[in-house]
Amino acid sequence: MTQTQTRPTTEPERPKPTAATAMRLIVPLQGVVQGRGGLILGSLIPCALFYFLQFYLKRHRSPNPSSDPPSPSTPSSNLADLPRTSSRSNLSSRGSFGPVRVSSRAGSLAKADDSTYYIGLNKVKEDPYHRTNNPNGIIQLGLSENTLCLDLIEKWVSENLTDSIMGSDGGDLSISGIAAYKPFDGMTEMKVAMASFMSRVIGKAVSFDPSQIVLTAGATPAIEILSFCLADHGNAFLVPTPYYPGFDRDIRSRTGVELIPVHCRSTDNFVFSITALDQAFNQARKRGVKVRAILICNPANPVGNILPRETLYDVLDFAREKNIHIICDEIYGGSIFGSEEFVSMAEILDSEEGDKDRVHIIYGLSKDLSLPGFRAGVIYSYNDSVLAAAKKLTRFSSMSTLTQRLLISMLSDTRFTQEYFETNKRRVKEIYDSFVAGLKQLGIRCSESNAGLYCWADMSALIPTYSEKGELELWDKLLNIAKINVTPGSACHCIEPGWFRCCFATLSQEDIPVVIERIQKVAETCKFPS
Amino acid sequence: MAIEIEQPSSVELSKVAVSETHGEDSPYFAGWKAYDEDPYQESNNPSGVIQMGLAENQVSFDLLEEYSEQHSEAFTWGKGAPGFRENALFQDYHGLQSFREAMASFMEQIRGGRAKFDSDRVVLTAGATAANELLTFILADPGDALLVPTPYYPGFDRDLRWRTGVKIVPIHCDSSNNFQITPQALEAAYKEAEAMNKKVRAVLITNPSNPLGATIQRSVLEEILDFVTHKNIHLVSDEIYSGSAFSSSEFISIAEILESRKYKNSERVHIVYSLSKDLGLPGFRVGTIYSYNDKVVTTARRMSSFTLISSQTQHLLASMLSNKKFTENYIKTNRERLRKRYEMIIQGLKNAGIECLKGNAGLFCWMNLSPLLEEQTREGELALWDSMLHEVKLNISPGSSCHCSEPGWFRVCFANMSEQTLEIALKRIHDFMQQRERQRKPISSQ
Repeated sequence: MTQTQTRPTTEPERPKPTAATAMRLIVPLQGVVQGRGGLILGSLIPCALFYFLQFYLKRHRSPNPSSDPPSPSTPSSNLADLPRTSSRSNLSSRGSFGPVRVSSRAGSLAKADDSTYYIGLNKVKEDPYHRTNNPNGIIQLGLSENTLCLDLIEKWVSENLTDSIMGSDGGDLSISGIAAYKPFDGMTEMKVAMASFMSRVIGKAVSFDPSQIVLTAGATPAIEILSFCLADHGNAFLVPTPYYPGFDRDIRSRTGVELIPVHCRSTDNFVFSITALDQAFNQARKRGVKVRAILICNPANPVGNILPRETLYDVLDFAREKNIHIICDEIYGGSIFGSEEFVSMAEILDSEEGDKDRVHIIYGLSKDLSLPGFRAGVIYSYNDSVLAAAKKLTRFSSMSTLTQRLLISMLSDTRFTQEYFETNKRRVKEIYDSFVAGLKQLGIRCSESNAGLYCWADMSALIPTYSEKGELELWDKLLNIAKINVTPGSACHCIEPGWFRCCFATLSQEDIPVVIERIQKVAETCKFPS
Repeated sequence: MAIEIEQPSSVELSKVAVSETHGEDSPYFAGWKAYDEDPYQESNNPSGVIQMGLAENQVSFDLLEEYSEQHSEAFTWGKGAPGFRENALFQDYHGLQSFREAMASFMEQIRGGRAKFDSDRVVLTAGATAANELLTFILADPGDALLVPTPYYPGFDRDLRWRTGVKIVPIHCDSSNNFQITPQALEAAYKEAEAMNKKVRAVLITNPSNPLGATIQRSVLEEILDFVTHKNIHLVSDEIYSGSAFSSSEFISIAEILESRKYKNSERVHIVYSLSKDLGLPGFRVGTIYSYNDKVVTTARRMSSFTLISSQTQHLLASMLSNKKFTENYIKTNRERLRKRYEMIIQGLKNAGIECLKGNAGLFCWMNLSPLLEEQTREGELALWDSMLHEVKLNISPGSSCHCSEPGWFRVCFANMSEQTLEIALKRIHDFMQQRERQRKPISSQ
């Protein structure tokens, strides 16, 4: 059964015109620059005239602290929500929030939320599918979550929770034991429990060292903190495409780090080549941009493939040659449903001598253990200076000690975690098989995947034109006519149009025919040009 | 003959990573290290360092324990854990509505109902540390300036500046008027920032003040509000100690001033709050930004993705804080106990011949040791701080780490220990002062 999910996205928002920053460079005047001003090219005279006009208008308009006017999107299309290009930017200042300004970083964050990824998630929130209560609602296939084994966790919690939190004998288990200030990067017992858990779930042949762990309130701040430690404003990371849409907001908005896409193709099953990395690195250098790291996801999101061992060795060689860092996001490391073996970067490094300082692994419990609400993320680094700096930065994104107490118990229960992962693998595979088979019936092929909570579907046969525009038209139809939310490849920076990420791990077997039928209706209309 | 071997260049880190802005090399934190190495313990280590540099509230833990015993269902999801599933999946940056409402209501209670809070304006963050940093990211660009009255919480140097790249320009306050903020001082700070070519974006006040342990007077709040309105900048009011004012009526929140002005020009005001001090739950990481500016609320919500409060914690606290019986009793009892502690330490210090600033709030007092300084300089103060730490075995916070312009002032925390430990600390101070008196009196020849 599809859950009505809430996830960290935006309220209905009008797209913001670009280039507020450029505006600030040209016209350093407070009243105009509120993220609403458009790009004004050219001389200072039109700028000054514009300023005086705005000033005049502002003097004659009372400050309006009321909320944003409703989104202009029509019920049948979200294409109007997409960010407008600067050539059509709006100079007028609708719905003033008052004369006092906010920063340009605030503006850039707002812009990041204009992606189809967030728009889609938002739309579902307004009209979420429920098998009995709202059967005509939008089915969420855009949120990578796993609800297939929550019953097991529920059972564990109802059987174990009292002891682990309350502790009848007081002392360390009473509330005062967890209420006080504890190390911001996590209690020792929590690091030990996490290290042991990671060793069982993703390490297998290797074990993780608790002293190399920094705990954060989720993987989102983990990757941001790591980015702050590895790169300065204006530096860049190489990121193979397609990649998780959230990276654009999570990594770029406050750090000012650029993400340089390294395009991969379906012919390679979307696995990057070192040649492509090399080209991207050199192109950046020509532009005067310093590349500080390569960011890889293994298992990959959105494609769902596991990187082969040789690729991991190749990336390590590449990073050493260029003297850059490797950020390896292994958040789906425990979500393997296929037969292929997952090899953690930790395993690669275990057999290496020296020069591990450049490798950092991201992990968390949001995907593998279905606990996104509890905010449990990990930075695992081989670099003492990074660990030292990251530790200090966790004061801004610390795990709640209350939650640590619960997780120490849960993660240490090896009998439970083993049962969980065995059952989870089976249930995810069942849904995956049914879902992919259903798509196949419609002539939609999925790329080969062994992991993750989603499949990567090729719907290029259904798009009106083989372009991003065509892809977005299909996305819009799927969202508003078929009423399913899937993530278009363009949101993931995929260079080939027509690919869509479909998350299936919140579906039950009964939901799948409903989804397939809805897609079929739209698919039929796509095959006949209007 | 030397053999030159090419050393591979080690991979670089960012400026943020290598920066000293985390400030952990300052005396404020050095004292903590000394405590960690030799912590006082009643039976095991009675001559250890007593920690008086940590503003933590332990005086009302028993009330929390009592609550947790009587309401264990708040700590779990009940039999069979219904609602657990939804909670475990909940990562919406709007936060649990029930928790936002409970938080808004708790904030109203602390202000004796003199101000109203709209739960839709409550933005949740993992602690006030995150709230202050988040607001700084939102209100200011790198290189811009925030005006902060001195003396101020040493952590601000790190929290407001480190990742944000924003500068702090001090608003100088001194003992001539009990360290109150004056319009002249505000104006001087503003001009100082202008002279350095920095754009001032906000004034950030802490009310009740840390480290002064005193509330800001209504007239001063009015002046500050007028000042920021005139300059068209923001005002951040960190009210983290609002529930730790010894009497409810003595604390006046900026929210009350805004209400009395019918919320005119309020879109520049933002309040920071947290449960770390008033409720003694710093480990839970619960903070909030309450903003009267819609755009700031929306932006802060999005940015709070980097610092969400665990949904489990929100679930528990929604229960706890909406229990009016518990909160009313807690707030009242907590205030009384803090006042008692304050009176105890003030009397004890007085008996030792030490004067403090008249305080009425917080978990600490602002002690004047300037008569003891060999020289009225920062070095003199640090020398005294060093003796206090290594001879008297008390970790107290030197005013210089709070950017106080007058040397000799120290912040002394009194709520993070038992009464017995406080007695021992006061005795040590008493003995120390007596010994210094003896040393000063010349040996009379008989």
